[in-house]
Amino acid sequence: MHLLKKFPLLAAALCFYIVVTILSLDQVDILNGYFMVIIERSLIFVILAASLNLINGITGQFSLGHMGFAAVGAYVSGTITTLLLKLPPPAPDAIFSGPMLVFLVAIVVGGLCAAGVGFLIGFPSLRLKGDYLAIMTLGFGEIIRTILNNIDYVGGPRGLLGIPKFSNFGVITLFTFLIIVLLRNLVQSSHGRALLSVRENELASELCGVDTTKYKVLGFVIGAFCAGIAGGLLAHLLQLAHPTQYGFLPSTLLLIMVYAGGMGSLTGSILAAFSLTFLTEGLRVAFDNIPSFNLGGTMVRVGTEWVMVIYAVLLILIMLFRTEGIMGMREAKLLIIGEKKK
Amino acid sequence: MSALLSIQGMSHYFGGLKAVSNFSFDVPEGVIYGLIGPNGSGKTTIFNLITGIYTPTEGRIIFNGQDIIGKKPFRIVQCGVARTFQNLRIFGNLSVIDNIRIARHYKVKSGLFASLLRVPSFRREEEEIREEAMQLTRLMLLEERANDDAKNLPYGALRRLEIARALATKPKLVLLDEPAAGMNPKETDELMGLIRRVRDEFKVTVFLIEHHMKLVMNVCERVKVIDFGETIAEGDPRVVGKDPKVLEAYLGRGGAEC
Repeated sequence: MHLLKKFPLLAAALCFYIVVTILSLDQVDILNGYFMVIIERSLIFVILAASLNLINGITGQFSLGHMGFAAVGAYVSGTITTLLLKLPPPAPDAIFSGPMLVFLVAIVVGGLCAAGVGFLIGFPSLRLKGDYLAIMTLGFGEIIRTILNNIDYVGGPRGLLGIPKFSNFGVITLFTFLIIVLLRNLVQSSHGRALLSVRENELASELCGVDTTKYKVLGFVIGAFCAGIAGGLLAHLLQLAHPTQYGFLPSTLLLIMVYAGGMGSLTGSILAAFSLTFLTEGLRVAFDNIPSFNLGGTMVRVGTEWVMVIYAVLLILIMLFRTEGIMGMREAKLLIIGEKKK
Repeated sequence: MSALLSIQGMSHYFGGLKAVSNFSFDVPEGVIYGLIGPNGSGKTTIFNLITGIYTPTEGRIIFNGQDIIGKKPFRIVQCGVARTFQNLRIFGNLSVIDNIRIARHYKVKSGLFASLLRVPSFRREEEEIREEAMQLTRLMLLEERANDDAKNLPYGALRRLEIARALATKPKLVLLDEPAAGMNPKETDELMGLIRRVRDEFKVTVFLIEHHMKLVMNVCERVKVIDFGETIAEGDPRVVGKDPKVLEAYLGRGGAEC
C-alpha cells in the first residue's frame, strides 16, 4: 500500500484498470455492441487528437500526416501479432492471457517504431516552418500510404486482414487514460514549458537557453509514439489495417478535432474526439437514410461522402465564430495539476 | 578588473552593407556599460552577434575566457550571456511565472521520464523552480500579476518581465536592448534603480543599449558611442556627453553650438 501512496499515478491506473475490466466483461451488458465500438473508436481518436495537439497545438509545429504515424503502429503491431506469431484470437472472457500480453508488447513496439519514424520526420522539420512543414508532413503521410499499398507481405492494397481482436474496452480505456495522464504531466512540467515556449516565440525560447531543435524533435517523437499506439489499438479493434484508413482525409479529420477542441488544450481534444466520432457515425446513419431524389432529371444520391462537406462547413463556422476552438487554451480542472500556493 | 567580454576586430556584413566594422572593445566584470549611437548605427547588430543570432564575418568574441563564435544561441545563453529584446519577445499566452520558469529550464535535472511519472525528486525540483521564479517576480515588481497571462501586462511591466526572464538564466552578463523604450518618466526612474539593484544583488555585468540619455548618464559607469559600426568615443559618460564628435553624430554638423 505504501508503494501505491508513493505513486498515486500507479494506484489510479490500477484502480481504473480493475473497474474497467469489470465493465468490459461482456456479462455486464450495459451497452449494446454497436454503441460500444463507437465509444472505443472515440477513445482511440482521443489518443490521436491529443497527440496531434502535442505537435500542432503545444509545440507549435504543423503535421498534416499524423495518420502516417498511426499506420506505422497499426502495421507493425498487426504484423507481429498476425503474420509473425499467428496469435489465435483471445477467448472473449480472458483478461490476462498469454497472447494478450504479447499483444500489449506488440502495441508498444508499434508505438516505438512510429516514434522512430517521427524522429526521422522531426529532423527535416527543423529547417522548415509553416506551410513548408505542412507540405512535407502531408508528403510523408502519402509516402507511408503508398509504401503500404505496395508491400505484398502486409497485403498491399487489400490491407492486412485477419488481425485477431485483442482491443477490448478495457485495454483501450487503459491506454487512453495513461496517455492523457502522461501528456498532462508532460505539458505541466519544465519540459512541457520548453515545448510551449517554442510555440510562443522560437527565437526568445532559444535565447532563454532552450535547445529548440531538441524540443521540436521531442514533440514529434512523443506525438508519433502515441499515434503509433492508437494505430495498433485501431487495427486490433477493426481486425483490419488498410492503407486508405491512414490517408489524407483521416489526417484532416484529426486536424479538425484539434482545431475544434482548441489548440493546446488536451481537454478540447478529448471533447472534440468524442463529439466528432459520434457525429460522423450519426451523420453516416442519417445520410444513408435519405432516399435518392430527382433533381431536374438526374438522380441525386446523398451518400456518406457528404459527411466531409458537413465537416468543412463546421470548420469554417469554428474559424469564423470561435477561432480558438471549444476550449481555447484552457484545461478542465481535472487536468490541471494544483501547485501549492505559498 | 578583468574583461568579462572581449570583442576583437569584429566585422559583419549584410551582403555589401557594412553593419559593424572592425569593432573592438572590452566590458570589464561588474560594471554597467552603455552602448549608444544614432539609429542604424549597428547597436542591435552587435547584440545579435554576441548572442549568436548572427555569426561575425571576421573577428573574435571572447566571453569569460572562451571563444563563443560559432556556438548556437542557446549554448551561449548557457555560458552565461542573457539578453532582452528591443521589440519585446514575450511568451504572450503563458503566465508571467511560466515566462520566468522557462528561462531556468536548461538547469533542470529531472529527466523526461521523471517528469512524465512525477517522481518525488521532480516535484521537489518544480517547487524550487517556482520559488526561484517567485523571488524574481518580487524583485521586478510583478508579484501580483505572477499568474496572469503575460500578454495582458502593461508595456512597462513587460520590459521588467524580460529582464526577470534574462536573470532567470543565471547569467554573468546581461544585455539590455533599449530597456527604457516606451516607458514613461516614472517607470524609467524605477528602471534605473532596478538596473543598479540587479547588478548589486545578482553580481552580474550589465551591458545596455539605450537612447534615453538621462538613463545612460545616471546608470552607466562607462559608455561607448558608435556610428556606422565604428567607435567614435568611449569612457566616462559625463566626458563622452560633451565630446564634439558625439554631439555631431547625434545632432548633425553645427548641432554642437546649439
